Amino acid sequence: MKLNGTDHKLDKSQTLDEFLKARGYNPAIVAVELNGQIISKGEYENTIVDDRAAIEVVRFVGGG
Amino acid sequence: MRITLNGRKIELDAGWAFEVRERYGKPNDIVILNGFQIEEDCKISENDILNIITKGVMPGKDELESMMMARHTPRVHSEVKKGKVAVAGLGGLGSNIAVMLARVGVGQLLLVDFDVVEPSNLNRQSYSISHLGMPKTAALKKQIQEINPFVKVELREVRVTENNVRELFGGYDIVCEAFDRPEAKAVLVNTALEQLPDIKVVAASGMAGCESSNLIRTVKPMKRLYLCGDLENGAGTGSGLMAPRVMVCAGHQANMVLRLLLGLEEA
Repeated sequence: MKLNGTDHKLDKSQTLDEFLKARGYNPAIVAVELNGQIISKGEYENTIVDDRAAIEVVRFVGGG
Repeated sequence: MRITLNGRKIELDAGWAFEVRERYGKPNDIVILNGFQIEEDCKISENDILNIITKGVMPGKDELESMMMARHTPRVHSEVKKGKVAVAGLGGLGSNIAVMLARVGVGQLLLVDFDVVEPSNLNRQSYSISHLGMPKTAALKKQIQEINPFVKVELREVRVTENNVRELFGGYDIVCEAFDRPEAKAVLVNTALEQLPDIKVVAASGMAGCESSNLIRTVKPMKRLYLCGDLENGAGTGSGLMAPRVMVCAGHQANMVLRLLLGLEEA
């Protein structure tokens, strides 16, 4: 699979929520595109990430 | 020959800019030809844009807008005047973005914020002592009307949630994410990209502290998402937000908006 343009090996499918947490992302402060589609925040626990997925994660830090 | 003089199309036989000044203006008037203030006479050509401005004199409303935009690159103003841009969050980023977009002459601005101006805002946000206690929406509209009265300004004094993104920003070309809290940033960006299939989002992440200005940049991580900032330095205890870096980042966002309104889609 691809995460932010670089190749990663995914041994077994995970929910997007598990995938993000396993890689240190706080799901509350990211926007995620899976295979070119934005995933609604309410769908992170119902969305499956497999080894063919292409994921783009944008993480926000505070300040404005 | 047809040229535009102070916003009006005129027929002309004179071939030089200073001849036009002699005919329509005063000897010491400023002459701006196609966006550049000229000190030496220049030959003028068909379709040139010329402004002749008398210092210290308030022009009529019909000439004022053309004179205000005289230093723009030609034809930028007519493009951005068609633009409809929303600014979500009117803090250090949003208030400065809105002022810049008013100066370039964006036709319609929607300003969204639920908060009032308080003293800790003044170190980086486009407000003054006289605005303390006012809703940020109203305080900013007042400034914009003083800067460019030709901008149509809409105000919404609400908190942005997943449930009102579509209603608030539908119909706008671009929304600028200019919130402070990362959760609010993520919700707006995610929801706007998901629910509004034509909108472009210009967001910000990372402008706290005194790191180098050169770390702040604009990237395009998704098809309709532009992200400005150093992407790392968040606000937190011991890491403040101050005018220079916040305004550098706001400048990145405002310039990206300008580029998009001109059809330039690369970050």
